[in-house]
Amino acid sequence: MRLRIPWDALFDALLPLIATALALLVGAVMLLFLKVNPLTGYAALVEGAFGSPNAIAETLVKATPLLLVGLGICISFQGNVLNIGGEGQMIVGAILGTLVGLTLTDWPGWLVITLAMTAGFVGGAIWGGIPGVLRAYFNVNEILSTIMMNAIAVQLMNYLLRGPMLDPAQASRASKIPQTARLPAAFRLPRWVPTRLHLGVLLALVLAIVVYVFLWRTVWGYRIRAVGKNPNASRYAGIPVKRYMVLALLLSGAFAGLAGVVQVYGVNYRMITDGSATGFTGGAGFNGIVAALFGHLHPIGTIPASILFGALLVGANKMQRVAQVPSALITALNGLVVVFVVSSEIWRRRRERQHLGQVKAAEAAMEDASPPPPPNHEEMQP
Amino acid sequence: MSGETLFSGAVLVGILTSGIRLATPYLYAAIGETFGQRSGVLNLGVEGQMLLGAFAAFYVALVTGSLWWGVLASLAVGALMGLAMAVVTVNFQAEQGISGIGFYLFGMGMSDLLFQKLVGTVKTIQGFQPLHIPLLSDLPVVGKIFFSHNWMVYVAYLLVPLGWFVLNKTTLGVKIRAVGENPKAADSLGISVGAVRYYTIIQGGILSGLAGAALSVGLLNVFQENMTSGMGFIAVALVYFGAWKPLGVLGGALLFSMVNALQLWMQVLGIPIPPDLAVMLPYVLTILVLVVSVSKVRAPAALAKPFEREE
Repeated sequence: MRLRIPWDALFDALLPLIATALALLVGAVMLLFLKVNPLTGYAALVEGAFGSPNAIAETLVKATPLLLVGLGICISFQGNVLNIGGEGQMIVGAILGTLVGLTLTDWPGWLVITLAMTAGFVGGAIWGGIPGVLRAYFNVNEILSTIMMNAIAVQLMNYLLRGPMLDPAQASRASKIPQTARLPAAFRLPRWVPTRLHLGVLLALVLAIVVYVFLWRTVWGYRIRAVGKNPNASRYAGIPVKRYMVLALLLSGAFAGLAGVVQVYGVNYRMITDGSATGFTGGAGFNGIVAALFGHLHPIGTIPASILFGALLVGANKMQRVAQVPSALITALNGLVVVFVVSSEIWRRRRERQHLGQVKAAEAAMEDASPPPPPNHEEMQP
Repeated sequence: MSGETLFSGAVLVGILTSGIRLATPYLYAAIGETFGQRSGVLNLGVEGQMLLGAFAAFYVALVTGSLWWGVLASLAVGALMGLAMAVVTVNFQAEQGISGIGFYLFGMGMSDLLFQKLVGTVKTIQGFQPLHIPLLSDLPVVGKIFFSHNWMVYVAYLLVPLGWFVLNKTTLGVKIRAVGENPKAADSLGISVGAVRYYTIIQGGILSGLAGAALSVGLLNVFQENMTSGMGFIAVALVYFGAWKPLGVLGGALLFSMVNALQLWMQVLGIPIPPDLAVMLPYVLTILVLVVSVSKVRAPAALAKPFEREE
């Protein structure tokens, strides 16, 4: 048998990389324009992301919230509900999770961490579920509602961290940092000292497999994807389409909420912001979308994608110090990657259609030769 | 301001005056978006276009000393962003919602990057001054509320009847609506779907750029990172609220800006509401408004659907 090279699959896998290369190229032009040598800038970026064990650990720490948010994005985008609310869902999850730790101070650590994660999961689910219900039952565009929910969550956080949840140690100071009190040491996720690499990384990796199994090996996951591919056919097949839309957004929010709790219990040990919109999340709610799109909305593909974008973020800090390039460059490049990746989808669609055309032609040829086959229902068996 | 209450005459005039003024960026952006959506294109990159437009206007005005060059720059930047969006949505038939978010991230990062590299610290400029309209501006109360603004405010309001006219009374408007309702039929009648969408998307970009300029050199006389804080997205929501009609969009923009003005004046007057919660109001309102308006009116049938000619 001849070895068949899966050119199509190879091409699909390479597309995001080409998109990133293009984005970096545009970035290089921008750097030239700003009178920075792109090679110096990008060398600093790579050095900052992978130059030492500690740098690699930092990259993984940054990748963790991206992966968790990205897993949720996989679920919702597979269901064709577009959750842009990762930022807000992270925040609400973190608020609830932090409250658990600040309230149950004398409970055992493992129990508090578990409860906090549950609380974050639920908080994110609520913040994602509201736009889900509005989308399914009131036909409200979920992109807009999730973006509004982001803004509301940011204001809620600013209010709580400056008021009711403010760190008592900050209360007496003139310029108060908006942050909560520090969580007891027993509640910290274990770390791989001396780095900041924490157990949340492992949790996210395990959950990536769980989400894969959920989406491709369970009835619920199958139905979410069926609704995403073709809501009308799903309705005919008896799937309660609206309920699965809500479920997709709800679960998507839940993973983002978890990301918020992991950030608090694994990295900062308190909830802290700087008053800006991305002060707490570091933009992970948006960058998680980029990572998931990059990973073709596949949970396993999202793992390397998250690491890549985590590396870009960590490297950007180094680039800022060494080459005085503001890390906002990375936000701009991430936007370009999104644009390039969704634009490149056209080739995949074209090929699928071509393939479909060939199948139809073959079927037509068969029909000429034989009696018509029985009516074929949509491919809809769970 | 102490001693004043929310319902004294002077304060009411103040709220109405700032409400009229604050609606300006919403109007530019939302009228542009209305044209786009009527032709079947959902442009979610408005926020990014606004930010880049706001920066371009501010920076060019700062360097050249001319506000007019600034406005021209915001126009050019908006047109370029629109062109890019048109290539992506028309030629590459990309998912419009997601590519819009991509353009948003690009505009946000880019405007911040350029600001940090080229300006560095917060600087203020002398923005456009109010136009004195003979007689009208001198009227008591009414003169203050309606006729104490700069030209960018008046042009924004003029766009409403102009937009209505173009959409409903011109051949171009018919083409735009046909392309948004049934691109296939429009195509078979010889209308170039791509060309019409190119036009609406680029026009939308230009108006979003102007919306940014209206904010940076028309209202606040400053540029700050992420200074639009969601206004571009609210503008998109206003198009739904306004049922894809310029007059409806005007109503929505006024509602929002009045709520915002009220919220600002409550802070000025020291009414004890935490400012963070007060700032939340417009966003909560957006969601409520979407709930009550969207389920009633039908969107353009081809909204957010890429079009490809069948061979």
